[in-house]
Amino acid sequence: MSGEGLTGPAGPMLAVDDLRVQISTRRGVVRAVDGISFDVARGEALGLVGESGSGKSMTLRAILGVLPPEAKVTSGQIQLDGTDLVPLSQSDLNKIRGRKISMIFQEPMSALNPVMRVGYQIAEGPRIHLGYSRAKAAERALELMRRVGIPDPERRFRAFPHEFSGGMRQRVMIAIALSCDPEIILCDEPTTALDVTIQDQILRLLARLCRDFGVSLVFVTHDLPVVAQLCQQVAVMYGGQLVERGAVHDVLLNPKHPYTLGLVKSAPDVEVVLESLVPIPGSPPSLVNPPPGCRFHPRCAFAEEDCKVLSTPLRRLPGGRSTACLHYERLEEAAVTDRTEV
Amino acid sequence: MGRMTFVFQRLLLLIPVAIGVTIIVFFMIHLIPGDPARTILGIHATPRAVAILHRQWGLDRPLISQYWLFMDRLVHGNLGQSLYYGVPAGPLIWSRLPATLWLVVYAAVLAVVISVPLAMIAASRKDGIRDHIVRAVPLVGLGMPPFWLGILLIYALAINVRWFPVSGYGTGFTGHLHSMFLPALVVAIALAPVVIRSLRASMLNVLGAEYITTAKSKGVSGHRLFLRHVLRNAVIPAVTVLGINIGFLVGGTVVIENVFAIPGIGQLMINSIFERDFPVVQGVTLAFGVLVVLVNLLADLSYAALDPRVRFDR
Repeated sequence: MSGEGLTGPAGPMLAVDDLRVQISTRRGVVRAVDGISFDVARGEALGLVGESGSGKSMTLRAILGVLPPEAKVTSGQIQLDGTDLVPLSQSDLNKIRGRKISMIFQEPMSALNPVMRVGYQIAEGPRIHLGYSRAKAAERALELMRRVGIPDPERRFRAFPHEFSGGMRQRVMIAIALSCDPEIILCDEPTTALDVTIQDQILRLLARLCRDFGVSLVFVTHDLPVVAQLCQQVAVMYGGQLVERGAVHDVLLNPKHPYTLGLVKSAPDVEVVLESLVPIPGSPPSLVNPPPGCRFHPRCAFAEEDCKVLSTPLRRLPGGRSTACLHYERLEEAAVTDRTEV
Repeated sequence: MGRMTFVFQRLLLLIPVAIGVTIIVFFMIHLIPGDPARTILGIHATPRAVAILHRQWGLDRPLISQYWLFMDRLVHGNLGQSLYYGVPAGPLIWSRLPATLWLVVYAAVLAVVISVPLAMIAASRKDGIRDHIVRAVPLVGLGMPPFWLGILLIYALAINVRWFPVSGYGTGFTGHLHSMFLPALVVAIALAPVVIRSLRASMLNVLGAEYITTAKSKGVSGHRLFLRHVLRNAVIPAVTVLGINIGFLVGGTVVIENVFAIPGIGQLMINSIFERDFPVVQGVTLAFGVLVVLVNLLADLSYAALDPRVRFDR
């Protein structure tokens, strides 16, 4: 809704190109995000999936410029509506953060200021970015609380975060993220800390915002059913790199990378996929000394000799798909065999 | 349970504290060699004169019955008669209380004024040069005996440059503010290192908290980020540390009041000990005990006022 018609070029809302984030630790430099690229179109939701420690959250924090002090963007571009955010100063970023782009965190209890009334936390963005008076910002906060489905907002306005349930806290977070009508919202596993029914409500809320207000979403999760429910596009992250990217239905139904296949197989709820629950053997790679060649090869059932040496950038496939797997054809064969077995 | 019930319960706690303080002080003071009658009558007094005075003051009775008499008067609001000044001890202590309260409050305010910016500087660049300086230098203040620091400051700022009076309490609000600056500063310098350390630690804690990232992701920056999001959360644990240490500080004022000749209850206490003026010593000690309990209660109340998560039910 916001900004529509003002922006002439219909380029992507967010374009991340060859982004690299390094964290210095005592044990060495961790390449948490190692050259990833993706686009998010206007009004579209992109799911960024992968195991814990695959660099998903770091990617979001890098986009927003809120990396922990020991982490740094070492190269790449983050184009937000055509402007590269990487070279911007903190004070320039502060004009964009909360205004054009905002973020929802995984744990709403720790992400809300415990000593500040929730109404003020929601009203703070409009006060800073839109120059609203105290009264007008409070009115805006009430309207947002209503929009995200917080009952009795007049009374809840003056409550503190600890007086809310987990689901209500996450609604407060969403209201904060929406407070200045951003064009894109980064979601860092926003439903992981919630129980399943609340999770569903929050996802429906986000999907509705996406649809009704044309907000773009980057949705980080390790939960494939959630991606299937909410997103149009999906990018699969492994060991700080992308291993597969494409439309949600194509990727989940017909993985072109063994890691994606493993994820799909280990997800119990993706009704479209085989029933069997098979965990991926092994553990995620060290990002200090990543395995040579394809980073997934030590855990891959399809690995061959060349996987251990050849680098594996994303390669385009027909139909807007890309994969980093050298032998993706073998997955199709395996899928056929699997089906015949069942 | 409401706030008032909480306050009331804590005030009830004063009763056992008071009883404990009186028992300890009452029996301890009689262990000190020396005799108030001898102090007043002089070393050449006849044993008869001393005995008459003892009978008059009730000092010839057994200690237990003396204690009983003391407690009996106390519940009627009577601390007894000062043996040295010859006036009731209660009003005497009461008249000396404002100077001590001034010193305690002034010192606490100065300690906060010193600690907050320094802790902020230290926490803003963890492990940087400024952090190390802020962490190391105040320890000197912690290590220096207050009476000695007091004398140094008197010499430097009162005698050499004459910015402040050498001693005394001053008159009127600005007079107190001016005269009491050096003694309050001495006490604050002893108090600040502990507060700085605790504030720095809690600021670092808060700076790493997820809600600070949320605030940054909203575009909050600078003063607003620091005052509304960092400081407000960081002072909560520091208030407790400050409260506990003000308790110690109340005892520390005894020495400082003597160095700076401030007519507070600390100075009264020292003089009364020298004169073996038992009722006054007991009364002052009781006043100190009550003061410490009240300061801690105040710290707990401000803790609850700062942190909405604190409830008064246990």
